[in-house]
Amino acid sequence: MSALAEEIPLAERGPAPTRIVVSVGVWLFLLSDIVIFSALFAAYAVLAQRTAGGPSGAQLFDLKHVFLETCCLLVSSFTCGLCVLALERRSRTMIYVWAAVTFVLGLSFISLELSEFIGMFSRGINPTRSAFLSAFFGLVGTHGLHVTAGLCWLAVMMAQIATLGLRPKVAQRLVCFSLFWHALDLVWIGVFTIVYLGART
Amino acid sequence: MRVPIKACIVLVLLESACTSSGVLDPHGPVGGAERTILFNATVIMLAVVVPVILATGLFAWWFRAGNRKARRELEWSYAGRIEFVVWAIPALVVLFLGGISWIGSHDLDPRTRLQTASTPIEVEVVSLDWKWLFIYPGLNVASVNRLVAPVGTPLHFRLTSAGVMNSFFIPQLGSQIYTMAGMATELNLQADDQGTFAGLSAQFSGDGFSDMRFDMTVVTPQAFAQWIDAARAHGGSLGPKEYAELTRPSQKEAPRTFAAVSPKLFDAILATPGTAPHETPK
Amino acid sequence: MFGKLSLAAIPLDQPIPLITSAVIIVLLAAILTLVTYKGWWPYLWREWLTSTDHKRIGVMYVVLSLVMLLRGFSDAIMMRSQLAVAAGAAAGYLPPEHYNQIFSAHGTIMIFFVAMTFVIGLMNFVVPLQLGVRDVAFPVLNSVSFWLTAAGVLLVNVSLFVGEFARTGWLAYPPLSEIAYSPGVGVDYYLWSLQISGLGTLLAGINFTTTILKLRAPGMSYSRMPIFCWTALASNLLIVAAFPILTATFAMLLLDRYLGFHFFTNDAGGNPMMYINLIWAWGHPEVYILVLPAFGVFSEVIATFSGKPLFGRRSMVIATMAICMLSFMVWLHHFFTMGAGANVNAFFGIMTMIIAVPTGVKVFNWLFTLYRGEVRFTAPVYWSLGFMVTFVIGGMTGVLLAIPPADFVLHNSLFLVAHFHNVIIGGVVFGAMAGYTYWFPKAFGFTLDERLGKAAFWCWFIGFYLAFMPLYELGLMGATRRMQHYSDMSWQPLMWVAFAGALVIFAGICFTIAQLVYSIKTRDRRRDTTGDPWNGRTLEWSTASPPPPWNFTVLPQVSGIDEFWSMKHAGKKSLSRAAPPAIHVPRASPLGFLTAFSAVMFGFASIWHIWWLAIAGLVGAIALLLRHSWRLDTEVQVSASDIAKYETQQEAKPG
Repeated sequence: MSALAEEIPLAERGPAPTRIVVSVGVWLFLLSDIVIFSALFAAYAVLAQRTAGGPSGAQLFDLKHVFLETCCLLVSSFTCGLCVLALERRSRTMIYVWAAVTFVLGLSFISLELSEFIGMFSRGINPTRSAFLSAFFGLVGTHGLHVTAGLCWLAVMMAQIATLGLRPKVAQRLVCFSLFWHALDLVWIGVFTIVYLGART
Repeated sequence: MRVPIKACIVLVLLESACTSSGVLDPHGPVGGAERTILFNATVIMLAVVVPVILATGLFAWWFRAGNRKARRELEWSYAGRIEFVVWAIPALVVLFLGGISWIGSHDLDPRTRLQTASTPIEVEVVSLDWKWLFIYPGLNVASVNRLVAPVGTPLHFRLTSAGVMNSFFIPQLGSQIYTMAGMATELNLQADDQGTFAGLSAQFSGDGFSDMRFDMTVVTPQAFAQWIDAARAHGGSLGPKEYAELTRPSQKEAPRTFAAVSPKLFDAILATPGTAPHETPK
Repeated sequence: MFGKLSLAAIPLDQPIPLITSAVIIVLLAAILTLVTYKGWWPYLWREWLTSTDHKRIGVMYVVLSLVMLLRGFSDAIMMRSQLAVAAGAAAGYLPPEHYNQIFSAHGTIMIFFVAMTFVIGLMNFVVPLQLGVRDVAFPVLNSVSFWLTAAGVLLVNVSLFVGEFARTGWLAYPPLSEIAYSPGVGVDYYLWSLQISGLGTLLAGINFTTTILKLRAPGMSYSRMPIFCWTALASNLLIVAAFPILTATFAMLLLDRYLGFHFFTNDAGGNPMMYINLIWAWGHPEVYILVLPAFGVFSEVIATFSGKPLFGRRSMVIATMAICMLSFMVWLHHFFTMGAGANVNAFFGIMTMIIAVPTGVKVFNWLFTLYRGEVRFTAPVYWSLGFMVTFVIGGMTGVLLAIPPADFVLHNSLFLVAHFHNVIIGGVVFGAMAGYTYWFPKAFGFTLDERLGKAAFWCWFIGFYLAFMPLYELGLMGATRRMQHYSDMSWQPLMWVAFAGALVIFAGICFTIAQLVYSIKTRDRRRDTTGDPWNGRTLEWSTASPPPPWNFTVLPQVSGIDEFWSMKHAGKKSLSRAAPPAIHVPRASPLGFLTAFSAVMFGFASIWHIWWLAIAGLVGAIALLLRHSWRLDTEVQVSASDIAKYETQQEAKPG
């Protein structure tokens, strides 16, 4: 019977196990989130030149600052991956360690971004000034909100591991978080390329 | 039983639509060409739609459970030849209509100049709340809620809006085009018969929308020249102050003319997309 | 403390909304009093409000839809009656400020809260049963989706007596919908209500896509999946791909209105054309989200009542998925007159026509399913035949409008209004009614009265033609949409005919209500004891009517298309009921209901700028989510002995 079982096509094996069902759901959610970002990217592309006499991207963006943010986020994606590997090894200590590093890096990203925004606001450069600035703050701000939500999610995950242990449901959620975190990284690469590097051309 | 009744309704409606004023009663080359496309496309599609409707009634009735004369084939669910025809018919219709679409879109694009030797009259159109302003830049007059034009002469429109989106439309002359603040759209029309034709906005723009109507009066070239002279003789000039007055929301404005127009007024309106007040004065 | 909210928000000077609100409040109070008096709250809370059972949630969606149909339709009656009298110098009885809210509410309610909810309700009830499984992938999320939709419904209805609704049309184009031109709360009601319910819909889309892709009975490969599930898959893929565009676009408009951003404003470089592109990039897939499941219903109904398998099944599936993909490539046909140029217009026009090809294929396949079948004329079949005749006319006028130069003279006219009502009523509404009458016995254990059902159909069918054929003609006569009055007296007779048609449709709605009431009263005469009242072909008919909470005691082993039909012909009347193990069913959860409560608080507070209350609502929702995520007992076990007892009861039933 088991030999036959291997020949049954995947589509015919009946309801999939919970972890697969949850993964597919999370992937679909991530795809929908990417569609939201696509709409914001499209808006940015359309409005990028409409500075209404105000500053343009080339004048505003400090690429060194952005490079630092990028490093924080990319490395945090790496440490998030290490966290998931620790999860697979069921090593609680290392899970907490890598999660904490990821959290600190993510928080650094947010702090750097906030300092960029606050610096701009203090010079009167805010989204009410022009369509370009609206699109910039809308896109980058939405990404920042997602990262913030991710940090909250990570904190909750640590609390759940501490209180509920590494049961399957909790472990699955941590993996889902890591997918979300990596997706945010991908979106940031888009932001970095299209918004910040794109402003130089 | 249902089908003949519906056919009668359709025929009656079509017949009365033909005799009333509107899209099926064009008075210019653009509207005429568009009506031809409407007719042709409808006839082509009816050739498929009518048999389908008849077949629906026929098949359902003939193959009803109680009909002993009907032949049944309860396992039959595939036939390659039928599949081929079933995909081919819509594909062919679409191919044909697609060709009409491509050619028609190019020939009748609003920006396409009309095929005529005459020099077009330039008209600049501004949609305001809730009235239309027509500027004749070459003739230095302007008109509110009435468009006057000589018969048989092409008109080249440049259009914009003082605030919200509208759509400039004279059903009996043909194509409409949106008017949008900060943007200039283009339209070419011509009236081949004298008369008065209804004009309206076809894009909802707020509380005064229903009264945003204007008359297009088409007259002989001599009468047109007389109208221009009369406009220049009476009325004030349309400068920035008068224009600012016009941008105040109002409804049911009576047609009036301006004796002179500030040069480059239309370009100035384009350059400053309005945030004019919009609420109806209580 | 109360933001912009004050007593001035209550429309004391407008009799119609005032009286309507009063009536609704009285009715609601009466219902709540009755429920309290009869002690039904524990039952309602346990069995319905906190239910995570897809069958219960599906029924609640449909109930919500039918209730909102009454509101949306009253708007329609008001519009038609106003236009019947407001000819020439007459101003009618609805001033523009009010009329403009009515047509905006009519469109918003009908699309989002009648059509979407009905379709999602049908998919909710039927899909897991057809797939041969116990529930959807994420049952608690299902409940949350429903209740978020209900929250949106509540907000739209609150706008009737506190404040006002949008006066911009159902898609709220800027610059008209920007704060400069719509400074009131109307557009905010519109935006927040649709953001909240849009989130619910998106979550439902994720839920159903996952269910169809990953939760099917053993042996049910994609090619053996029922056709309704294929159309549901296409529709839900579209939801996942398109609804985020709506969310993002509304978010941008909200940022413009609340924080002074310039995405779509006239000044500072904003671009209203971009809104129109984005909103229709959502809007066109939206209509396919609505109509594809309706097509699925017709496929099931026509096959079942012809006693034949669906003709050309494989090409039906291919056509469905083709429509799914093509629906993203046609959006510009909603604004040919914006001046994009000949090449762009022609491209989108041709793409729109190409989408008519798979749709035409479907119609032919239904025709050939009838051909040489044994057609039983039940109410679902009436709706299906009515659809076939009506939809092809609507499709024809759609292809007509897809030719840019034709659209140049018909855009935004009553011809357009007639076209989209033609396809939505002929397609979605008729499909919803067919699905409703077809699957009602499965949900409630008795069939609906046939005669009243057919009377309802005839009223809708005749009423539709009376109401909308004149609109085609009026559009050709130069009448544009959204007018509150008109000067051309020759239009008035046709407006009267249209109004008469609306009244005939109203009779149809009355017959539907009468059918329900009468059928409940006389249900013992039409009990469905076999679970298969129609001699059906698909797996939902193998369960009892109504099915037990766990749907199938033993999941069916599927070996072909129309598995239940094959089973019946192999002599097996029902699925194997051999010794069942204990079954786990999802536990009920108050998360959905409570999250909706927070969402209403958040939405209402945001509309009226009551910031402390908005934060409270948001914090409340997050707190509820956190509390839920710590919940460990997510399932309830039904013991093997309870199941055995249930099965014995079923065996004992006649038939």
